[in-house]
Amino acid sequence: MQTILPALVSILFHGLAFAMVLYIVSVGLSLTMGLMGFVNLAHGAFAMVGGYVAVTLMNVYHVPFGLALLAAFIVVALVSAVLERTLYTRLYGAGELEQVLFTIGLVFMAGAVMRELFGPVPLPVTPPAMLSGQLDLGFRTVPMYRAFIIGVSFVLIALLWLGIERTRFGARLRAAVDNRRMAEAIGIDTSLLFTVTFALGSGLAALGGGLGADILAIYPGYAIEYLVYFLMVVAVGGLGSIRGPFVAALLLGIGDTACKYLVPEFGAFFLYAAMIALLMWRPAGLFGRI
Amino acid sequence: MTDAIAIATALRQHRPRWIEAIPWILGIGGYFVFSDQLAFGSQILIAILFALSLDLVLGFAGIVTLGHAAFYGTGAYAAGIYAIHVSHEPLSGLLVAAVAAAAVGAISGLVILRTHGLTQLMLTLAIATLLAEAANKASFLTGGNDGLQGIEIDPIAGLFHFDMFGRTGYLYCLIVLFIAWLFTRVLLASPFGQSLVGIRENVTRMHAIGAPVGARLLITYAIGAAIAGVAGGLLAQTTQFVGQSVLSFERSGEVVIMLVFGGIGRIYGAFIGAAIYMIAQDQLAKSDPEFWNFWIGLILVLSVLFARGGILGIIDRLRGR
Amino acid sequence: MTLALETIGLSKQFGALGVANDIHFRLEPGARHALIGPNGAGKTTFVNLLTGRLAPSAGRILLNGEDVTRASQAARARRGLARTFQINNLFPALSVLENVRLAVAEHRGLTTARRALIEEAYATVTRLGLSDDALTPVRALPYGKQRLVEIAIALACEPTVLLLDEPAAGVPGGESGLILDVIERLPAEMAVLMIEHDMELVFRFARHITVLVRGSILVEGTPEAIAADPRVREVYLGTRTHG
Repeated sequence: MQTILPALVSILFHGLAFAMVLYIVSVGLSLTMGLMGFVNLAHGAFAMVGGYVAVTLMNVYHVPFGLALLAAFIVVALVSAVLERTLYTRLYGAGELEQVLFTIGLVFMAGAVMRELFGPVPLPVTPPAMLSGQLDLGFRTVPMYRAFIIGVSFVLIALLWLGIERTRFGARLRAAVDNRRMAEAIGIDTSLLFTVTFALGSGLAALGGGLGADILAIYPGYAIEYLVYFLMVVAVGGLGSIRGPFVAALLLGIGDTACKYLVPEFGAFFLYAAMIALLMWRPAGLFGRI
Repeated sequence: MTDAIAIATALRQHRPRWIEAIPWILGIGGYFVFSDQLAFGSQILIAILFALSLDLVLGFAGIVTLGHAAFYGTGAYAAGIYAIHVSHEPLSGLLVAAVAAAAVGAISGLVILRTHGLTQLMLTLAIATLLAEAANKASFLTGGNDGLQGIEIDPIAGLFHFDMFGRTGYLYCLIVLFIAWLFTRVLLASPFGQSLVGIRENVTRMHAIGAPVGARLLITYAIGAAIAGVAGGLLAQTTQFVGQSVLSFERSGEVVIMLVFGGIGRIYGAFIGAAIYMIAQDQLAKSDPEFWNFWIGLILVLSVLFARGGILGIIDRLRGR
Repeated sequence: MTLALETIGLSKQFGALGVANDIHFRLEPGARHALIGPNGAGKTTFVNLLTGRLAPSAGRILLNGEDVTRASQAARARRGLARTFQINNLFPALSVLENVRLAVAEHRGLTTARRALIEEAYATVTRLGLSDDALTPVRALPYGKQRLVEIAIALACEPTVLLLDEPAAGVPGGESGLILDVIERLPAEMAVLMIEHDMELVFRFARHITVLVRGSILVEGTPEAIAADPRVREVYLGTRTHG
């Protein structure tokens, strides 16, 4: 028992950090998917670009951590808003295949550009001085930086949930996800809502990318390699929901960490199998509305 | 219009046309004209076969998949493992590849056909990722990161041994492609193939006339998987090596791109798209191999915005259809 | 005598809303039966329950004596139940012949020779007077002729029970005569249930009428009895007759 507890804590801790990052990146995808019904496989690219912006600002220009993340959020949110208004709108009525091809094309382009600018090697992440080192939990020490990530994530998620549940914007968003025609009929400008939600979701992904650079390494293949994770979180959680992906991210994050730790010979094999089985049981996801 | 004319016209609908001989003329011509690049020629033929298998799944069964390499890779590993552990005989190796891939296709088809939209797409990706993970971990069987090496292949039918110029390999691939193409063409012209068109056009009505839609789609998915498996098997046998990339997302994405470039649901889109993609990649890889992805992405984006239907679609528009 | 189609206590609830309430319905072989009722009475819901598009909350459905309550749409179609749709539900890009051929292929089996399938499809197309348009894409046809294709597809399945969901709906007056002709020439042994609003068509066609109101059967009987029934008049006109 003595040896199990530290291992368990380690798994839970690292799994939780992984889960938080996954959630922050993926929740925007769940919202835009539920709101616009648009399969945006480029969502991971927004996280990747955000990661590159934030980490480069910190490493090269020594911008403080918080400011670097904020900059990443703003840059990606603006860029994604422009993309949405110019290109994405033209494909809202298009078939699933067109949307998949279009967004995969964007992913390829983004990855190639990042490779040209930054090279193929993952960006090194040096936590700010006061966040490095270990945090002593009494019976176990854990990396301080990971603990910080978990802490910041909780705050962000709390803000997000408050924003969705308590603000007028959030109310309009929930209405439009529930029933778009009805929302339009009562005067909600869904076109503007799309753009704002898309920008916020992408900005949030950028935050997740920067915040989680230690866990999901920032490199040109980011958007492709982690795509299956983001899609799993959204599909298992249920489209258009913000609580569903949270549960799914926990399952995926902690499950993946546990598998890699406890049964490394099989790696993530069991996890994928479990996720697939879950989706067969609940094709609309755990909390799916669609 | 008299009864006889109407019936005869309808019967003639799927008759082969002279223009359909062109790919085979080119294929045989290529054997003589490009005799020093036949290894690359085999790669093109294998890519065409792979894209053709995707056309069945995407173009005719209407299933959007980002994990078609799952079947390609299964076939490749199956043929390779068969050659190493059971027999060097190539034709039975291809059969093993087809059956293995079909089995994986049938099982995964049962999973994904109960879902639709993003969930279905994600499942196709997850299944391929699952298999890639399995192949990576089962390195005692698959060679893991190093890949499956030391594949030896006996002469085909005891007569045609695989020479180092790739001549036998090329003709082998060409003949297998021809057989697969013939099979696909006959299948799609048959009442089964027509029912797939019906399912695409109006699935509700197909249910109402008694068509077992789920079973039809599953069968089509499994056949597409089997043909992809044969393509993978050809790869293993002609290159005598199976790398992990056969199960990768790059493979799955590539084959979708090839087919989309050529044109979906037209059979020949696979031929045109795969050939042009492979040749362009070979040429551009010499200058800047990594930035190739940027151009692919750009062409994808542009083709969705302006040129749906791929190259065959553009040709149609030029001919005024 | 086995009933062609029968429902026993068929019910369907959406939450608290009962759209079909304990319906006991009988359709005899060779019947010419009409189902009428005001808008929102649940007629199309009833048809969807019969064909299997909707699963019932309670009750049973028997097709030629066989329990099909749990059977899928396609399974019921294979057992002899065919339907037409209120709004044309065709294969728009395909020709009339190809539309019908799809149904013939499912009925005869996919391994049947192509020539045989085409010939049978063509025969059905001719019987409905569409031979001149056999090779025309369906979407190029006027609405009335499309409505005929709608029926042709159902007939190609050689059903024992045919459900016609408002066959004359949307058809311009000048073309509805074609539809009537076709319905009058349906095989005598086929049980036909028609949902209609067009009372002239109903009284020309039906030997038996069921009136459905708010998910329940109000009254059943011969056309004369129904026409004279004050409850039916009230339901349609909202007034009591005086005197």
